[in-house]
Amino acid sequence: MDALTTPLELDLASSTLREVNATLHDAELVADEVVVRNPAGKHSVAVGLDRPMRVTIDGHVGYYAAGMNQSADVVINGNVGVGVAENMMSGSVWVKGSASQSAGATAHGGLLVIEGDAAARCGISMKGVDIVVGGSIGHMSAFMAQAGTLVVRGDAGDALGDSIYEARLYVRGTVASLGADCVAKEMRPEHHEELAALLKSAGFDDDDTHQYTRYGSARSLYHFHVDNTSAY
Amino acid sequence: MCGIVGLHLRTPDLYPRLGELLTGMLCEMQDRGADSAGVAVYGDPTWSPPGRATVSLLDPGVPVDTLAGALTTSLGSPVEVVEAGTTVLANASTTPAALVAAVRATAPEALVIGFGEDLAVLKGVGHPRDLATAFGLEQASGWQGVGHTRMATESAVTPAGCHPYAVGPDQCMVHNGSFHNYPTIRRELRARGVEFDSENDTEVGARFVAQCLEDGLDIETSLKELCRTFDGFYTLLVSNRDSFAVVRDAIACKPAVVAETDDWVAMASEYRALVGLPGIETARIFEPEPERIYAWTR
Repeated sequence: MDALTTPLELDLASSTLREVNATLHDAELVADEVVVRNPAGKHSVAVGLDRPMRVTIDGHVGYYAAGMNQSADVVINGNVGVGVAENMMSGSVWVKGSASQSAGATAHGGLLVIEGDAAARCGISMKGVDIVVGGSIGHMSAFMAQAGTLVVRGDAGDALGDSIYEARLYVRGTVASLGADCVAKEMRPEHHEELAALLKSAGFDDDDTHQYTRYGSARSLYHFHVDNTSAY
Repeated sequence: MCGIVGLHLRTPDLYPRLGELLTGMLCEMQDRGADSAGVAVYGDPTWSPPGRATVSLLDPGVPVDTLAGALTTSLGSPVEVVEAGTTVLANASTTPAALVAAVRATAPEALVIGFGEDLAVLKGVGHPRDLATAFGLEQASGWQGVGHTRMATESAVTPAGCHPYAVGPDQCMVHNGSFHNYPTIRRELRARGVEFDSENDTEVGARFVAQCLEDGLDIETSLKELCRTFDGFYTLLVSNRDSFAVVRDAIACKPAVVAETDDWVAMASEYRALVGLPGIETARIFEPEPERIYAWTR
């Protein structure tokens, strides 16, 4: 039973990425908790996990870290490159540092927490994931966001929520500019409740939800307007 | 793709390790492009001896001894020529402009790939690690270096198409991305009398910046002018003997990571290129924002 109580340690300084990921994918693996040492900015660390397990990556990682995650809880003690938790289905990915562009891209479910900042295109084409960013986000975030929530405790860059569908965006700070069809909306009781729960799940229990503004779709691009015929 | 790396040392203690650190950074980025590679090194005493002008060349067409003799005769003062892989470096106690003129007169077929007082440029077609070994890059020293690994898109895989582009005195540019309106800008520059060595888009960017600097603009204003004029995708690292600047286009889809400590400033396409730098564990690490000019001077 020792393996269940002591985390299994995998070391990317002495094992290849494929060996480490294959171990994490091994259905026979008797370990609920795994620590991956020395990621050294490598790409695709802990991608495609598909069962409940806790994985801690101890350091900065490269692109697509914990991508396609399903059921696992992944903690990254560092910064992440492009596309962290891209296409996540469920589980959670928790980044202690900052994230590069396209964090949580196309993700369908689960929780992505970024304690620091996220760069451009955070939550691009998100499809149901909950994303909480402790700092600020870059330009073109939540572009074509379809479902899910994006919470930003800092500021948002240009063109937030361009061509957004039904995702809900909560921003505490300033928004450099809104994208096409994205508008500020009223915070009704159910939104305060949803936001408070999201902040709590990311460890930011003390935030006052009244300081946040909700943004979403004006739904004016949903249907073709005959007046625009000449534009084509 | 393409990979770019740069290292600007603040502490002289690290000068002897410049080549070793730059080699590690360059080779880590070879996955981003391995058809060609190049580096620019500022301050190596063998490649660009202090107090002398240095010109970096490819394909001089004659043996180095013959070249040294011909250049010495042409210039009227001793010219030393050293080889580093396929790159040839000539130095003399004169001005960079005079040495370039002597090279053009003596070896008109040679491709001048860099010139200045402290700059050596080494580049060629081939695998980055093989080239770094052939250059003897690990043994180089100095205060600043940049490097590039190429995956060609806008022009052919030829020596003239390799980065860095060092077209002004002690200046150098490396680029990840592609410019799109460069033929128009090249026509305008040609109309002003600027000559080009290749069909490459980055060469147009480098000559545009060199022209701005020659017109008296500082590096920050020159790069703002580049952002205003050029259409395309780019992360650029632009250096001269005293400075080191990074800029990304407005879309900022070409990656860039900057790390900074009291001892150095480093930039790379990806973080993994920086992991071998001393003190990286406690460095301040950030991504440059779009269309903001970041510049460091020594």
